[in-house]
Amino acid sequence: MTTETAAPHRSSLPPGRDSFWHLVHAEWTKFRTVRGWVIAALVTIVAITAFVFVASDASRSCAGPGGPSACPTQPTGPGGAPVIDAFYFAHQPVTGSGTITVQLTSLAGQVEVGPAGPGAPQLAPGLAPWSKAGIIIKENTSAGSAYAAMMVTGSNGVRMQWDYVNDTPGLTGGVSASAPRWLRLVRDGGTITGYDSADGAHWRLVGTATLPGLTATVQAGLFAAGSFYASDSCTYDSNFCTRATGVFRHIGLSWPATGWTGTNVGGPNFGLPGPGTFRQSAGALTIASFGDIGPAAGDAFGGSGLSLQRALAGTFFGMIPLIVAAAMFITAEYRRRLIWVSLTAVPRRGRLLAAKAVVIGAVGFAAGLVAAALAIAVGLPLLGRAGPLAWPVSLLTEARLVVGTGALLALAAVLALAIGTIVRRSAPAVALAIAVIIVPYLFSFGPLAGRQAQGSGPGGGGGWPLRFTPAAALSVQQAVPQFHQLAALYSLQAGYYPLAPWAGLAVECGWAAVALALAFFLLRRRDA
Amino acid sequence: MSSAARVAPPGHRPGHRPGQAPHAAVAALRAAATAALRAAAVAALRAEWAKFRTVAGPAWLLAGVVTLTVAVAVPAAGVARCGSAGCGIDPATVSFGGIYLAQAVVAVAGVLAIGNEYSTGMIKLSLTAMPRRLTWFFAKAAVLTAPVLAASALAVAGAALAGRLILPGHGFTPAHGYASLTSATDARAAVAAVLYLTLIALLSLGVAAAVRDSAAAIGLVLGVLYLFPLAASVISNPPLARHLDQIGPLPAGLDAQATIGVSGLPLTPWQGLGVVALWAAGALLVGALALRLRDA
Repeated sequence: MTTETAAPHRSSLPPGRDSFWHLVHAEWTKFRTVRGWVIAALVTIVAITAFVFVASDASRSCAGPGGPSACPTQPTGPGGAPVIDAFYFAHQPVTGSGTITVQLTSLAGQVEVGPAGPGAPQLAPGLAPWSKAGIIIKENTSAGSAYAAMMVTGSNGVRMQWDYVNDTPGLTGGVSASAPRWLRLVRDGGTITGYDSADGAHWRLVGTATLPGLTATVQAGLFAAGSFYASDSCTYDSNFCTRATGVFRHIGLSWPATGWTGTNVGGPNFGLPGPGTFRQSAGALTIASFGDIGPAAGDAFGGSGLSLQRALAGTFFGMIPLIVAAAMFITAEYRRRLIWVSLTAVPRRGRLLAAKAVVIGAVGFAAGLVAAALAIAVGLPLLGRAGPLAWPVSLLTEARLVVGTGALLALAAVLALAIGTIVRRSAPAVALAIAVIIVPYLFSFGPLAGRQAQGSGPGGGGGWPLRFTPAAALSVQQAVPQFHQLAALYSLQAGYYPLAPWAGLAVECGWAAVALALAFFLLRRRDA
Repeated sequence: MSSAARVAPPGHRPGHRPGQAPHAAVAALRAAATAALRAAAVAALRAEWAKFRTVAGPAWLLAGVVTLTVAVAVPAAGVARCGSAGCGIDPATVSFGGIYLAQAVVAVAGVLAIGNEYSTGMIKLSLTAMPRRLTWFFAKAAVLTAPVLAASALAVAGAALAGRLILPGHGFTPAHGYASLTSATDARAAVAAVLYLTLIALLSLGVAAAVRDSAAAIGLVLGVLYLFPLAASVISNPPLARHLDQIGPLPAGLDAQATIGVSGLPLTPWQGLGVVALWAAGALLVGALALRLRDA
């Protein structure tokens, strides 16, 4: 007997394509053929771009003693950035290469504790962390000119700073008669090198500054500046509430000495509480002054320009239609029972969700990219009507704003899709997504944001909502820089966020990832 | 479908009968017609109430309103500190902070009241059974209003109680200028908060009737609520920002809930509530017109 084995039936058709990108293409077809969703994506672009016209309408005025007045012109430094340049400068002209050396034996100061009368602060002994005194080589005595300086600070040790934004640490610790600090600057053409020493014999290199285009004759000398200090006790309008007093000995110049001239650099630009003073006694020179030398960021910026970030102020307006479309991308399948067909066609449910996430993420990214590029292109000239931008923005920063806005919207769309998968019904999903992504930003202004919301000192404003919720991603749009060497108020209103640009985006990414993981889990486990 | 739904209800129209009718008969017919209308309205209310009560969704949403309002009030009051007189923190803002989120839930309840009819196709049945569409619509609104009002009152009372118990220990004392947290001003703020939530529900109902799609309606409602304060916060033109705070329903509603610095606000408390009421009335009007004039 022979047994016949029946051959299993095989279809003569070629097997269907089982690639993931085929699935993505199918989901893309679903998205683009629903008119309402395509319109929503277009509304996203239009809303963000159109809001530029509202956000750039600035009738900004600066508060003065007699009510609002025109904003003062902010001096700009060699890089075009706004600067603070107000201090007492004891200087002499020097030509060519050479060296200046000094021993600093004391840095004392006074802090404002309350108003004593109009324009005259009441002072008590004290130092701000960035009160400073030291030696400086500066192109000339006008505010904003190029410089390099070695200094002792209130509580940040010896520093070398140049051209307002650069800062390098030297010896740590304070200064006293028993523990003096020796400072030295060596000029060689356009390069200035800074050294420090504890004993005047053993020198240590601190930093090297290159000042392009430095003239042959420059001013070299000694300076003191109390520092810009936004503190609660400061009641004086300008926030220059501290005065630093430096005592200099063993001053040595390799150039021929011509005698010291004293100048209040920056003078009327900054409204200091009072002018600096200069006293010469046996073997010692004492300089006392308010003011600061450094970048003008945070509330230290007193000019009339706006931040480029304003061009993207409509991001949330564009986000709402995108969130609606993204949530409906899955909830509509449940409502129309299309999910049964979809899951029959793609039994591996995770792949379906992944394909949807890829499509909606790409749509969000593209919409954000186009919207941000258009908004910045339209916004630059509009913002320019109020004056030059608050801070010059490099091409790289512009690229970060454009790409970051795309990523921000892409992640918001994926998060909304994940919430839609979890909730399965349109209205609750959309409401939940908006409550999670947008409402925390509203909280960041009120008393609910907690005490850090005021954003004193480096660290930005906004409190917990902008650290831990998806709204933290807005930090990718920050277009104004923050400086550790400037104790200004970095508030949300001035465009500062508590997290670094990409860290904020990472927070939103984390939310989207957790929501997507939960959505994967529920989609696989639950009956559709 | 629509033509079926639009068929006028059977019944006599007294004024249109040819010939001379005795006065008594006309009066009787009028009375009968009024009674029939009243009966229809009562029937509509009963029907809508049965729908509302026998679905689990609304009850959960309203429970969510109460929970969310109180759940935000407790930690918000827990972290609030008033160090000195004139610290400028409004205790009502702290206690009622949860309303920021609770109004989204109320909006969902309002949108779904109409949106679910459309998404399930129930609307065809409802309008066939009640061809007087406006009667149906306002019965729906009335049936939504009562439970939302009750839930909001419960939520606000819970939040106010949390504030009353926690805040005096955190510097919100008479010495710092906070009389008792039970003054007439505080009562007004609480009443305003309850009415605000109820008006938001009606606003959502109206928008849902106009838009017919739940997701689009909730996006629109929450956009209207949240985007006005967002826009005002990024605009550096103070008069324009103030106008936005005057016309937006959320900032206007917050003005109605303020207890300190009321004179410096863009709107007085009752003006603020009036603005919210205008938004709700406008949305209901648009929703009613759309429902009356459009195919369902």
